[in-house]
Amino acid sequence: MDWLFFGEISLAGLAMGGLYALIGLGFVIIYKATRVINFAIGEIMMFAAYLFLTFAGGMEMSPWVALPLAVLGGSVLGGVIEKVMIRPMLGESPIAVVMVTIGIASILVGLVELVWGADPQLLPGFLPRKPVFIGEMYLAPKIAYGFLIGAALLIVYLLYFRFSRGGVALRATASDQAAAYSMGINVRRVFNMAWVFGSLAASLAGVLVAATGGLSPQFGAIGLSVLVVVIVGGLDSIVGALIAGVFIGWLETVAGAYLGGEYRMPATFAVLAVILVLRPYGLFGTHEIERV
Amino acid sequence: MPNILEINNLSLSFGGVKALQDVSFRVPENAVTTVIGPNGAGKTSLFNCISGFYKPQQGTIRYQGDVLAGIKPPARAAMGLARTFQNIALFRGMTVLDNIKLGAHVHMKSGLLGSLAYFGATRREEMAVRRDVEKHIIDFLEIDHIRRQSVASLSYGLQKRVELARALAMRPKVLMLDEPVAGMNREEKEDMARFILDIREEWGVTVLMVEHDMSMVMDISDHIAVLNFGRVITEGLPAEVQNNPEVIEAYLGTSDMDSLRKKLNPEREVA
Amino acid sequence: MRIGDAKQSYEADEAIWTSSTQKIWFACFLLALAVFPFMADAYFLYMGCLVGIAVISTTGLNILTGFTGLISLGQAGFMGVGGYTVAWMSINTELPFPITLLFAGLLAAAVGILVGLPSLRVKGLYLAIATLAGSVFLHFIFAEWESVTGGMGGLSLEPAHFFGFTFQSDFRMYFIIVPLAVLMVLGAKNVFRTRTGRAFIAIRDRDISAEILGINLLRYKLMSFALSSFYAGVAGGLFAYFYRVVTPESFPLSMSIFYLAAVIVGGMGNLLGGILGAAFMTLIPEALGLLTAALTPFYPNAPIFMSPMLEIIFGALIVGFLIFEPHGLAEIWHRIRRFFSLWPFRN
Ligand SMILES: Nc1ncnc2c1ncn2[C@@H]1O[C@H](COP(=O)(O)OP(=O)(O)OP(=O)(O)O)[C@@H](O)[C@H]1O
Ligand SMILES: [Mg+2]
Repeated sequence: MDWLFFGEISLAGLAMGGLYALIGLGFVIIYKATRVINFAIGEIMMFAAYLFLTFAGGMEMSPWVALPLAVLGGSVLGGVIEKVMIRPMLGESPIAVVMVTIGIASILVGLVELVWGADPQLLPGFLPRKPVFIGEMYLAPKIAYGFLIGAALLIVYLLYFRFSRGGVALRATASDQAAAYSMGINVRRVFNMAWVFGSLAASLAGVLVAATGGLSPQFGAIGLSVLVVVIVGGLDSIVGALIAGVFIGWLETVAGAYLGGEYRMPATFAVLAVILVLRPYGLFGTHEIERV
Repeated sequence: MPNILEINNLSLSFGGVKALQDVSFRVPENAVTTVIGPNGAGKTSLFNCISGFYKPQQGTIRYQGDVLAGIKPPARAAMGLARTFQNIALFRGMTVLDNIKLGAHVHMKSGLLGSLAYFGATRREEMAVRRDVEKHIIDFLEIDHIRRQSVASLSYGLQKRVELARALAMRPKVLMLDEPVAGMNREEKEDMARFILDIREEWGVTVLMVEHDMSMVMDISDHIAVLNFGRVITEGLPAEVQNNPEVIEAYLGTSDMDSLRKKLNPEREVA
Repeated sequence: MRIGDAKQSYEADEAIWTSSTQKIWFACFLLALAVFPFMADAYFLYMGCLVGIAVISTTGLNILTGFTGLISLGQAGFMGVGGYTVAWMSINTELPFPITLLFAGLLAAAVGILVGLPSLRVKGLYLAIATLAGSVFLHFIFAEWESVTGGMGGLSLEPAHFFGFTFQSDFRMYFIIVPLAVLMVLGAKNVFRTRTGRAFIAIRDRDISAEILGINLLRYKLMSFALSSFYAGVAGGLFAYFYRVVTPESFPLSMSIFYLAAVIVGGMGNLLGGILGAAFMTLIPEALGLLTAALTPFYPNAPIFMSPMLEIIFGALIVGFLIFEPHGLAEIWHRIRRFFSLWPFRN
């Protein structure tokens, strides 16, 4: 076995996994606050990435202006989706709400294809090109720098939710909506903010992932990997999303490199199947006790 | 009277919350036994243990002499343990009639293929259930006029009655009623009390009930058990329980005897 | 509602059609279905067949999602199982179509049970994700198990046959598809007149109470999965006979979403809704296609926009119906009927 190759692949996988962790975090934020499983998260990422393409490519802005703008665009999209399509579903069965997000995903795919066309495109390069070596192991610079940017946001998020007022409001809402409401927390605002912040994390990751692998209207399929991440980690667990994100990213890359691209999804979904059987509510998720 | 249910040293906790602690009491056959106690005393939890939905950490429940542990809820239903729920648990997507028929599920046999064809034995079985339900339950509970309606459109009192009908369709040996008259007006309460007594007398069913309405409890119960903070503080005849100082104290958390007596010995309201 | 039909007996009351008016309407409908292929041109025949297949699959998914409350993202996968079964059998055996279709349904049902097994431990959305996993694995198998499925190239198959009679035209396929669709919808209707159907609905409405009232949840959830995927398998088998080729791309994830949309748009937990939804969703792409064709002379680019517009319309229908008309087309249909049944006396 070629250990150097394995190391390099693993490293790339772990870096990718870092981005999955970030998306997973965005997903979990939305879930914790609103109990909505967002099947459209991959499409929100895609939307932000296409915005970046337009800003940095078509409009020739500096990538460092385009990036925040695109991420902002994705966040606003998340906020609008919550307000227009999720809020009217308040109190409906979770199944109905999930199906709304599936519908939203379909709308976004169509819109993107309508505006930007169906062909795959490359994002203008904006990350340093100098090869990165960790020890002897080579890591593609796009992946390395993408990981660093993603990790930075991830840390900001973790600190923010731990210490800020907004974070407290979010956690209070997550643990008991009625109590949070009675304590004067504006629960609706928290819902909306959760969608904005969740989409923000996803949008940044979207641009970074698209920067390494290209972009097409099928890009949203990455949402499936994210789904695996959050189920494996536990829908309502931030720690779970981080660990599972890194692990699934790694597994997908390694499976792709050794077995072939067609094995990426089956490999991660096999893990998912095992988890569903052994630990149905994920590694770190809480199992809500039901009452009659 | 022999005991149809015997609860022995039952303990159940949720994390730190001790819902039931060392609970023991008996349910005599063909009588009305009522469990009373303040909110959060563990009454519903006790029902859930008997139904098999909660698994007590300790203790046993004997039903007709056999220990129930390890038997799943559907099997318990088939053995004759039927119930209604504190928060009405009707199936909102079905008509009143279908809700009631659902109660007969455990006594029916037809499988998927029979259902697809709706022919022969399946059809006969469905018709038999329909006749049975019409004759013994719908007429008895006076709900003929609503049988085609969707349960969501019914008043609270009627919903409770349909729940009772569904439980009767289960052909219970023990009928567990969790707060059967909560939220009802006086007339509805009187009807319900009458139904309960009739069920006991005419059907020979044992009734185990949780109820807060003291006048009704004192009126129709043969046997009362009092739960407080997950413990049984006393059990006995209504008259015994009613004057037990511990009960009075538990119930109102005070020893102002006069007002309490009044509360526990209300004017006879129920027919 | 018609007035004045005194109920003779419980038998009559429990019938699917409780009044003679209803029976006459149904007979007319059947007659219309029977003469349709003799009147219709090739295009309408083709559409009729497609709608028939969609009705079967939608009814199946409705049983699972609409009536039992279990979302499935695996419908296309189950149809694929049926499609490949029929394709393989038509290539490797001489069996007539009733047998191959039966096998298609049964194998799909078996796979459905397997995919539904996690319902032993998880429910709700976790289960939906298990079905997603199922469809990922199935897709993988379709694409990779070359010796059986023909890999990415798929399989081409012979026309359906029965005692020497072959069904190579749409006209002939119509007489397999539509009667089967009618039978299977009636079968589903029957299920919901019996304990099985009541158990499904009870699980959807309140699973815990249902269990305490005597319903074995696992058994009935798996039964619902089996029945639903049986329908999907038969629909997939018909799909294979109809197009005479199956590839992994014949059964994409978007197809599962298409059927979910059909169920939602038609009306979850309503068989008539499933039929309306299936027809509506099948006809939309066609309507859009006609529109595109009409626009192309003026906007040569119009065809490019067709497929994204479809995605948008499907998505918007799902979202729009869930928000504004959760009971779907079936409810709209009932409103129209109520209006007309009172119509002459209304004002
Ligand atoms: N599934 C559960 N998870 C956690 N705690 C529970 C659960 N079920 C019951 N409890 C707790 O157990 C205790 C007893 O509850 P239970 O519902 O049995 O009371 P009760 O006597 O029926 O009260 P009430 O009169 O209000 O209906 C309460 O403190 C309740 O919070
Ligand atoms: Mg209670």
